[in-house]
Amino acid sequence: MQQKMSENGAIPRQGKVLTVDTMNANVKKVDYAVRGPIVQRAVQIEKELKEGVKKPFDEVIKANIGDAHAMGQRPITFFRQVMALCTYPQLLDDNKFPEDAKNRARRILQSCGGNSIGAYTTSQGIDCVRQDVAKYIERRDGGIPSDPDNIYLTTGASDGIVTILKLLTAGEGLTRTGVMISIPQYPLYSASIAELGAVQINYYLNEEKCWSLDISELQRSLQAARKHCNPRVLCIINPGNPTGQVQSRQCIEDVIQFAAKENLFLMADEVYQDNVYAKGCEFHSFKKVLFEMGPEYSKKVELASFHSTSKCYMGECGFRGGYMEVINMDADVKAQLTKLVSVRLCPPAPGQALMDLVVNPPQPGEPSHQTFMQERTAVLSALAEKAKLTEQILNTVPGISCNPVQGAMYSFPRITLPERAISEAKAKGQAPDMFYCMKLLEETGICLVPGSGFGQREGTYHFRMTILPPTDKLKLMLNKLKDFHQRFTQQYS
Amino acid sequence: MGVRVSRGTMMSVLQIHRSEKDILQSRAAEIQREIQQGERKIFSEVLDLSSGDLHGGGIKPITFVRQVLAACSYPALLEDQSLPSDVRQRAEDLLRECAGGSVGSYSESSGMAKVRECVCEFISRRDGGVSSSPDNIFISTGSQTALMKLLTVLIRPEHSCRTGVLVPEPGYATFRLALQAQQAAVIPYQLCEDQGWTLQIQELRRALQSATHICTPAAIYICNPGNPTGHVQSRTSIEEVIRFAAEEKLFILADEVYQDCVFADEADFVSYKKVLSEMESPISSTVELASFHSASKGFMGECGLRGGYVELVNVDPAVQRYIRTLFSTRSCPPVPGQIAIQLMVDPPKPGDPSFPAFTEEVQSIRDVVCRNVRLIQEVCRELPGVRCQPLKAGFFVYPRLQIPPKAIKWAKEHQMKADMLYCMRLLEEEGLHVRPGCEYGQAEDTYHIRLFVGTRADTMEAALRRLKTFHTRFLEDFS
Repeated sequence: MQQKMSENGAIPRQGKVLTVDTMNANVKKVDYAVRGPIVQRAVQIEKELKEGVKKPFDEVIKANIGDAHAMGQRPITFFRQVMALCTYPQLLDDNKFPEDAKNRARRILQSCGGNSIGAYTTSQGIDCVRQDVAKYIERRDGGIPSDPDNIYLTTGASDGIVTILKLLTAGEGLTRTGVMISIPQYPLYSASIAELGAVQINYYLNEEKCWSLDISELQRSLQAARKHCNPRVLCIINPGNPTGQVQSRQCIEDVIQFAAKENLFLMADEVYQDNVYAKGCEFHSFKKVLFEMGPEYSKKVELASFHSTSKCYMGECGFRGGYMEVINMDADVKAQLTKLVSVRLCPPAPGQALMDLVVNPPQPGEPSHQTFMQERTAVLSALAEKAKLTEQILNTVPGISCNPVQGAMYSFPRITLPERAISEAKAKGQAPDMFYCMKLLEETGICLVPGSGFGQREGTYHFRMTILPPTDKLKLMLNKLKDFHQRFTQQYS
Repeated sequence: MGVRVSRGTMMSVLQIHRSEKDILQSRAAEIQREIQQGERKIFSEVLDLSSGDLHGGGIKPITFVRQVLAACSYPALLEDQSLPSDVRQRAEDLLRECAGGSVGSYSESSGMAKVRECVCEFISRRDGGVSSSPDNIFISTGSQTALMKLLTVLIRPEHSCRTGVLVPEPGYATFRLALQAQQAAVIPYQLCEDQGWTLQIQELRRALQSATHICTPAAIYICNPGNPTGHVQSRTSIEEVIRFAAEEKLFILADEVYQDCVFADEADFVSYKKVLSEMESPISSTVELASFHSASKGFMGECGLRGGYVELVNVDPAVQRYIRTLFSTRSCPPVPGQIAIQLMVDPPKPGDPSFPAFTEEVQSIRDVVCRNVRLIQEVCRELPGVRCQPLKAGFFVYPRLQIPPKAIKWAKEHQMKADMLYCMRLLEEEGLHVRPGCEYGQAEDTYHIRLFVGTRADTMEAALRRLKTFHTRFLEDFS
């Protein structure tokens, strides 16, 4: 334990304090495929291209990450005008800015210390923003009340998700908190569970039924998990990442009933709530469904739902704006949550301001309304078109099968790999779909994330590709992929 | 570990009790609301000298910084001829570093390459040429986030014997909370008030000794310049600490966010990295150091933008790879904060159109802070029972109060520390909000208050008037 102190002026010990053996073992289990080794290789290739190295392609297409602006999507004009006004209030005197933008900026600045977005905000987030978020939720959910005191602004949705997981992780050994996550899932969940030393409990989405959620599968997974941990949390991403499935209302009700019966805390990741494309699909918020199920559920089920400025039609990832709404949280636990968020002082004020605009956009009659609606509609309809296009083209490739991209920003097609490719990958110590994606990157410059980074059924292989590149580039990319797949299949058959 | 496992419970380690800071903060907000609603008070507003927030204190942001940020947010401003040309050029340069030319894109998880390069140049200049690599720089959502990531890696929750971290008293309260949240043991070491809040090696040894069989010490946290003390460590002292860390196998966490807030002429800030680099081998190449800086302090005061960074020195490459992965799970730090860091380390230079205004603004902030410090020290000298250590740096004055025995007794009967009693009454009776020393840890039977120095001159004058009035009355009431 305590090392003996050396004599004064003696030679210091050899070696480092912090090594792979002395560091927190949990951190070694953390993986985040979205920015993992394949992306590192992509960045290296970009450097090589810049240095003039000859390749079979002249650019790397980063279809690995849900970053709309990086792929050329334009920001919403109104949002950036308000952000500029908040940042440099001198512009409030500039008549090039519309009055509604100025009003929003003034309101936000008035709620900031010293009227500056450079002041610390309270750790739960700027009051008027939380009020606006609550009103947005009420409007969205058909009038079901939302209390600003239950709203916490966060540094992107990720911050909120990790905070709740941290809050709920307790126990040791058999009583250690188990967290149910969908397979496939967005790897923030698996990474955070690993970092916190919680227990990951997998429930498989049904690929044959368009990635739907079966309660029987939830039941199976829970039963098995109870033998070795204390399952306490159930995480759902809706619309789904990477799968894009949009849960039906019935399904959401079933999940809520399940959570109620099994005493599980529900975490509903709803960051893609505006990204719904398929006919017959509709976004239903977990909160709305919960409250429409009556007091037997609405007074009991503990729920945290998450939203962000990074996705939907905004694509403002770099601002790190987000919020979470907590419902039916135990008062003591909520006090702990409030304390926990105070440790990081406050979320970025620009992100908070941006969140305010997302939940309080230009209204009919306001000067910026028309342009705003045009821009918003253009973005969402382009995404819908690209979702369809992706599904169509991928399904023409023998050996690739793609479920309809009902929502979100990604396709997650299943790929059939020849046996020889699988064994060569395994011999290299690589997941077969990583092997495939690496080859794809080297030969075409297209950077995707292998399905192994998200989780998948044993013996199946996938990749996640964003639908974000501009339509023409997307078509080119899909056709290149098609060619590659056929070559690859031939090469390894 | 005493974990209750039942419905709705979680980790036991965070204390639920409301801290003194929480109590004062909510009471201050309540009083402010009462004033707004027209309830009569002797004072027309609460004066807030409690938190280290320049803009909150009424100081204006630096024009150049805000112009660049605005142009980055809304690139149509790049065509605006009323913005100085260097502003537009800088915004253009920064946007070129953003994917898709937008500050709304994710950046690399450790921060934009250009920002990290500029940080390295800054560090090198500051340290007289000691080299710095962008691969060792991680931009973060405020320096606190980076500090917490380092703690995550250092602290081993699965071990039956908790990891311990040496922490100064008085010291920044939020850091202790962070340690609790990470299930680390806090090993306090007392700073020496009589010597101007210096760090004594004997005291470090004593603290470490006291941790025997209680926890496994892995790191020492230092805040230099200090918060709340404002002490600036001498080169000798820094060397001693580094040797101590080398002998006792401790990772050094050097919180240097106040490095730009030095106002005493004879107090020069020298960085831990510089001192380390000038020591002999193998110390210079083995002692592990993480050094933190931020755009929240100094003359920038951009707390809300959440721009900070950590530089890792001598960290094992394999461990550093894990640290990189840890940063990657949160995507990236906020881009406005990254831009703030870039502007902080690469401000306008002589010859740039914005240079004169920039220089003037920075100077005026330094002037007002120096004047505030002088005024506070004068008042402290006037008031009976108030003693202030010479202030060299940082954002706060931390005078010691001689509290009358009757007041101490009253406070005890009401379950609070005497300096908390002082602060509560000061807030209620005069509408002045400051922090009590019990928040920061202090020697038994000593009492302090912490006052922020970064407010407008008129605010400070009004605050000090209120303090004088109150202090006299307080002493009378409890005589």
